[in-house]
Amino acid sequence: MSKFKKNKKGLPAISTASLPDIVFMLLFFFMVATVMRDSTLMVKNTLPAADQVQKLDKKDRVMYIYAGKPSIRYQEKYGSQARIQLNDKFATVSDVAAFVLAERASKRQELQNVLTTALKVDGETNMGLISDIKQELRKVNALKINYTTRVGDYSQNLD
Amino acid sequence: MARRSAPEVNAGSMADIAFLLLIFFLVTTTIETDSGINRKLPPTDEIEDPPIIKERNIFTVVVNKDNRLLVEEELMDIRDLRQSAIDFLDNGGGKGDEICLYCQGDKNPKSSDNPNKAIISLKNDRQTSYKAYIAVQNELVAAYNDLRNREFNRIYPMTGISFIDAQKRYSDPRTNLIEKQKLKPLLDSIKAMYPQKLSEAEPSKTN
Repeated sequence: MSKFKKNKKGLPAISTASLPDIVFMLLFFFMVATVMRDSTLMVKNTLPAADQVQKLDKKDRVMYIYAGKPSIRYQEKYGSQARIQLNDKFATVSDVAAFVLAERASKRQELQNVLTTALKVDGETNMGLISDIKQELRKVNALKINYTTRVGDYSQNLD
Repeated sequence: MARRSAPEVNAGSMADIAFLLLIFFLVTTTIETDSGINRKLPPTDEIEDPPIIKERNIFTVVVNKDNRLLVEEELMDIRDLRQSAIDFLDNGGGKGDEICLYCQGDKNPKSSDNPNKAIISLKNDRQTSYKAYIAVQNELVAAYNDLRNREFNRIYPMTGISFIDAQKRYSDPRTNLIEKQKLKPLLDSIKAMYPQKLSEAEPSKTN
């Protein structure tokens, strides 16, 4: 009899006491590594490369203007001409000024004069669109701009 | 023979391993920050009578719709742009009031008088691609940076760092205030020697 009982017992259950630790570890890892992006990109956005760059710290002082060809899933609706994206919507050049003023109004008083406009523009875009954006920015006196790039040698841009 | 039941695995150290990994990732991951080329746009109000600038003090760079470069009326490969911009800025051909004592250029009377007077004029076409434009901007900024690095190393060798590194340290929020106050006059003096005068004309339309 005693023989049978022993066989039935089988292997002891693996302790799961450390499972919470593993879960927390993963949680913390993702908390740290995730970059919060407040708008989903609707345009193709392969930034050109440059190596003489300066960091764009202080996220609260930056507003972003995206431009480029619409992503594949939007091309049916919006065509393949390069477009501007402000927040979550496609926009035209004439919307840029209003966007800047709205962004400026939403910032704290002391930051309103030191805002930088980061232009995140796809490398394949024509300069015409960018000059139009720059003209609009000049009209609303948003003169500090940053051509956001990825870090790399300039020769990557030449193909 | 009855098989002995496997002994329970000691899981007490699992938490230690987990924390070790957590700390490892905490230390090694960096949150991505954007970087790019900073520029300042000119204000809209037109100047009544623009100052007269001598032709020799202007370095014209034109990028056409096929992304090709015309520098000082001559076709140029982008690989040579940095050096020719340096040669122009560092020429120091001025005399009397406009003499440049720190310039190491060949003092060509047909090129710029003084880095303070030298202006780089960049003009592009509406069809120029943004990539090519950034490449040109990058090379022109690099020309200024190379010169500033050179002077920084010559005048302040005791800092042991280059102008670019000093600038990075200055804008880094982690640098303490005393060091920032020390760096500021050094940076300003170098910037005054080679001020970035990059003018951008409105783009031309292709016919």
